[in-house]
Amino acid sequence: MSKANRRRRELRAAGLLIAPFLLVFTVFFLYPTYKVIALSFTDAPLIGEGTWIGLANYVKLFNDRLFYTSLWNNFYFVLLTVVPTTVIALLIALAVSKLKGRMQALVLTLFFLPYVLPVSVVTMIWTWMLDFQFGILQPLIAAVTGKPVPVFKNPYWVMPMIAVVTIWWTNGFNVLLLIAGLRNIPQDLYEAAALDGATSWQRFWRITWPLLWPITALVLTLQLILQLKLFDQVYLLSNGGPFNQSYVVLMQMYREAFQLNNGGYASAIAMVLFGIIVIVSVLQFQLLRIGARK
Amino acid sequence: MTAKRARNLAFSAIVLIAAAIWIFPLYWALTTSLRSENRIISDAGVLIDELNFSAYIDVLSTSKLPLWYLNSVGTSVIITVIVLLTGMMCAYALSQLRFPGRQTLYLLVVASFMVPVPALYVAQFVLMNDLDMVNTWWGIILPQLIVPVVVIVYKQFFDAIPREMREAVLLDGGGEFVLLFKLYLPLNWGITAALAIITFISAWNNFFWPFLVVTSEDMMTIPVGITQVTDAFGVAYARMMALALLAAAPVIIGYLIFQRRVTEAVMISAGVKG
Repeated sequence: MSKANRRRRELRAAGLLIAPFLLVFTVFFLYPTYKVIALSFTDAPLIGEGTWIGLANYVKLFNDRLFYTSLWNNFYFVLLTVVPTTVIALLIALAVSKLKGRMQALVLTLFFLPYVLPVSVVTMIWTWMLDFQFGILQPLIAAVTGKPVPVFKNPYWVMPMIAVVTIWWTNGFNVLLLIAGLRNIPQDLYEAAALDGATSWQRFWRITWPLLWPITALVLTLQLILQLKLFDQVYLLSNGGPFNQSYVVLMQMYREAFQLNNGGYASAIAMVLFGIIVIVSVLQFQLLRIGARK
Repeated sequence: MTAKRARNLAFSAIVLIAAAIWIFPLYWALTTSLRSENRIISDAGVLIDELNFSAYIDVLSTSKLPLWYLNSVGTSVIITVIVLLTGMMCAYALSQLRFPGRQTLYLLVVASFMVPVPALYVAQFVLMNDLDMVNTWWGIILPQLIVPVVVIVYKQFFDAIPREMREAVLLDGGGEFVLLFKLYLPLNWGITAALAIITFISAWNNFFWPFLVVTSEDMMTIPVGITQVTDAFGVAYARMMALALLAAAPVIIGYLIFQRRVTEAVMISAGVKG
């Protein structure tokens, strides 16, 4: 077969192979990405045409108090979840990795299981656990604060409790990654350190922590991006309440687009989250690349 | 040595207790679901002391749970099959063939990781509405077909296959499709299973998108459907928990059966080798 002929066949095969993906990717990803950017400069309702209004939506955002609440809550939620879940996951991973055989498998299963549950199952179970009248955790809360608390209707408790539920739900993923990281640390390093008389405290800070850092950094950044996209748990546990105190950015996007019929303004809100996550992702990429080079 | 053994045993016991506390909410849901509504409110022993299945029977007979199972299974299976097929084909071209725009396409796929998909939901909803796909399976399915990690992972694994193997097939007169489905795919069944599992789980558990695109109860998936029932129940804890557990049963059972594969799949999705 001639070289040109072969080349033509290769090109045709490539075209056929990428066509299905490219079609789906263009229509349902690239086009909506363009569309949401374009919509954010219009006053369009959810369904129907709007007119170009320049930066008016973004100006409106600056004066929208609910938007500041939402942004703050996203930030607050990140504080409440990212580092705590990583620390908890690290403790669990260290403990599980010390166990052996079936015991290890059983414990890991128990810690990982919540991760596979649908979010609405998780929120239903926790709504019941924390039910104001009959929730099994209310005696515990009453022991600390003196009286039962309707946690998802209380402005101070709502975000921390959503964080607790979220950590319970998603922590298994982090445990798994950290256990994989721990397994990749060569065992003879510990043996050598033990021979040199290193305490287990020293062994952790001198061996485990630095060698595990790439995975820890990965877990931290994955969590950061994941938790910024918070919507489901807020919608299902508190619906943004009480008095809009638990609104987050995606919750406000949902409200503007699907309840108040402001497609353009909702798109501008989405663009802010878009921007934040792109910046975080670029930083993450740089961070992980620096980590890998070391 | 006995002192050390005792210490190990104590340590195991503590970790096991911690794990039991961690899983307690799920256990408590089970206990609650097996009681009569009256007993739940009157006294709350922690042990399972009653095997009352009336809540389960009630939920199964009054809600549309069977229909939601069907919608969830149908949409998740279709999503998984299409995502794997299109992703694998695209990855094969990116990995093995030379064509103009190859670098650009790969960069686009990598860059798409950065885009928070929910930020596109408004535009995707408008699109689905224009295509008249609101309240249909395709409305649920189409926007969920973008899973760039599948392309990236397949490409990495295809890159690792030695070139000599493909030359042999090409000399035998096989084309690129023969190569992909008779050589590259069979060599990567493990990774295919892993990618199928993560794609399926995330489609099955997706709440936000199906919640937006489906408003008719008959078209709902499980995660969305069960939230409708709770609104209708009012105060009915046993039924609520029975419903939650029936909704969770397929993933829990699936996870327990394919445990190793699932954990492996989760790690691959994060780019970590187990």
